[in-house]
Amino acid sequence: MDIIKTTSIALVALRLNAMRSFLTMLGIIIGIASVIVMVSVSSGSKQEIEAQIDRLGSNVLSIRPGARMMGGRHGGSGTAAPLTEKHIKSLRNKFAFIEGISGSISATVPAVYGNNNWTTSVIGIHADYISVRQWVIEEGRNFTEREVKSGGKVALVGQDIIDKLFDGASPLGARIRIKNIPFTVIGTLQAKGASNWGRSYDDVIFIPISTSRMRVSGRQARSVPDNIGNLYLTVNLDRDIGIAEEDLREFLREIRKIAPGAQDDFNVANFSEFIRARNETSATLGLLLAATAAIALVVGGIGIMNIMLVSVTERTREIGLRLAVGARRKDILNQFLVEAVTLCLIGSLVGVALGVGTGELVKRLVDIPVLLNIPIIFIAISSAALVGIFFGFYPARKASRMNPIDALRYE
Amino acid sequence: MDKVLIECRSLCKDYHMGGETIHALRNVSLQIHKGEYVAIMGPSGSGKSTLMNLVGALDVPSRGDLLVNGVNLAGQSSDQLANFRNHTIGFVFQQFNLLARTTALENVKLPLLYSHDKNPGDLTRRATEALERVGLADRMDHETTQLSGGQQQRVAIARALVNRPSMILADEPTGALDTKTSIEILDLFQELNDAGITLMVVTHDPEVAEVSKRNLMFRDGEIIDDLIVAQGAGS
Ligand SMILES: Nc1ncnc2c1ncn2[C@@H]1O[C@H](COP(=O)(O)OP(=O)(O)OP(=O)(O)O)[C@@H](O)[C@H]1O
Ligand SMILES: [Mg+2]
Repeated sequence: MDIIKTTSIALVALRLNAMRSFLTMLGIIIGIASVIVMVSVSSGSKQEIEAQIDRLGSNVLSIRPGARMMGGRHGGSGTAAPLTEKHIKSLRNKFAFIEGISGSISATVPAVYGNNNWTTSVIGIHADYISVRQWVIEEGRNFTEREVKSGGKVALVGQDIIDKLFDGASPLGARIRIKNIPFTVIGTLQAKGASNWGRSYDDVIFIPISTSRMRVSGRQARSVPDNIGNLYLTVNLDRDIGIAEEDLREFLREIRKIAPGAQDDFNVANFSEFIRARNETSATLGLLLAATAAIALVVGGIGIMNIMLVSVTERTREIGLRLAVGARRKDILNQFLVEAVTLCLIGSLVGVALGVGTGELVKRLVDIPVLLNIPIIFIAISSAALVGIFFGFYPARKASRMNPIDALRYE
Repeated sequence: MDKVLIECRSLCKDYHMGGETIHALRNVSLQIHKGEYVAIMGPSGSGKSTLMNLVGALDVPSRGDLLVNGVNLAGQSSDQLANFRNHTIGFVFQQFNLLARTTALENVKLPLLYSHDKNPGDLTRRATEALERVGLADRMDHETTQLSGGQQQRVAIARALVNRPSMILADEPTGALDTKTSIEILDLFQELNDAGITLMVVTHDPEVAEVSKRNLMFRDGEIIDDLIVAQGAGS
């Protein structure tokens, strides 16, 4: 009795009990469908995180001045000596792997255009900032080196500013006032959307860093003549970002004259790691849900066992007949095993379809990122087959141990 | 005399019901030769079905031996017994025992699916031939529930025949059929016997006794009469 014969016997038997077969599969269908949905949602959010990292730049490092040690105690963050234009120069000279580097001094101040008034984040930058932080100039142009150095009164505006100050009209060439200083808008920025902190990235105005230092940000920035606030740089993708981070740290310790063994008075941070860490919990939660769904699969398996047991009892006469016409115990065992596995496989296929469909629906209706995970589909189908063998075995063995005449006489 | 196909030696079958023991068969000794047509008769509860089930290897005796072609069934493994039921015996039941919602052809194919022939040939063709032999070629693709009682019993006979058994065991094959249909089934048995198949038929029907070559009379688990009828008395 080969596998094809056994399968065809089992398939005919399943067709004979179509309704029962469907109900038996229900547990597996639901189990598999929920595994697929959970994993898809989890992979979707993981993909979303990676996309976010890409948007911020996976090769971006930020350097901030840290705490100064004051008599063995920490001062607040930013109390250490600020980063300056000199730092930028020496870093550029030292490391060829730096692709772009820029300071960033931010202030939250009102901007005025005509009768419109909007308090926004005004950030003083070097020209490199645009590419380092993955901004794209939509209209107009970036700052020139000259404007950056000589305190040019020019500005780049984000999409939200166009809406708030210019009521959506093109702002190119317009003059806005920030702290009563007139700035000419020379460019607009492509939209970036909301950050996952809830704030819009596009609610921003960029101005040359020297202008910001001297006229817009507070006194603290002014106190050091070439303060650059925080520092952002991109590392050449050929270079391992972890190693680059370490090189930068060592060099900064050197030029900032930090005694061996003493703590850094600055922080080097890797953006992507920061975001990954933030989102680790959500990924874990997704896996937890998938584990719950896997338990649903086991419960589905127990359902299969349950109904197969009932089915074996109900089909006692059929089993008796098969034994009477020459089926061996092994044949009966295999038939019921194949029935259980077939139920699980068909159930898992229906479950996959249902899961994929539900995922698609969730994506459209709830606007949650959903990513279909192909390997998981194969894993789901094969684990369903295993569930079939495991939970089908006991009922199948029960069927195969029947005595022909008792089975035939069974009412 | 033809060769001995079935030999029962002091066959006993007891059933234990609560504290009571029912002796369904008491020391039955019997030889059936190849080509015989044996009608088994006797009152209800006299042990006819019990004997058939033992001969068909559906049940095991309490004591005594049962030999088929000289082989003692007691020493056979469960797989060997399955093979015996598949190849040597064709069983026909009073209640037909067909698979519901399945076509006649599929029912007849069933024993072939469990057959261990090295060279089984075309299963569908063999099943079709068996159905032709019982006169149901035109009903092959009908589901069994769409067939009359007589037709269902023919399907069951075709199923018993399909693996070319040495012997057909029929336990009250006409018990659920009307007189006219019964006669058709009996004619079919006659044909099969003429073709060389050994037949053991349990019946309450005197018609069968007339067409068979040998009548066994049972009472209380014993053979009380063993009558060899003149050849072809019924025809
Ligand atoms: N499974 C069983 N358990 C207990 N007793 C049984 C069982 N099968 C048969 N018997 C008993 O064994 C005896 C013989 O039964 P058997 O079925 O062989 O009779 P029978 O001659 O075929 O009768 P009938 O003509 O009514 O079919 C009866 O007394 C019956 O009650
Ligand atoms: Mg009986």
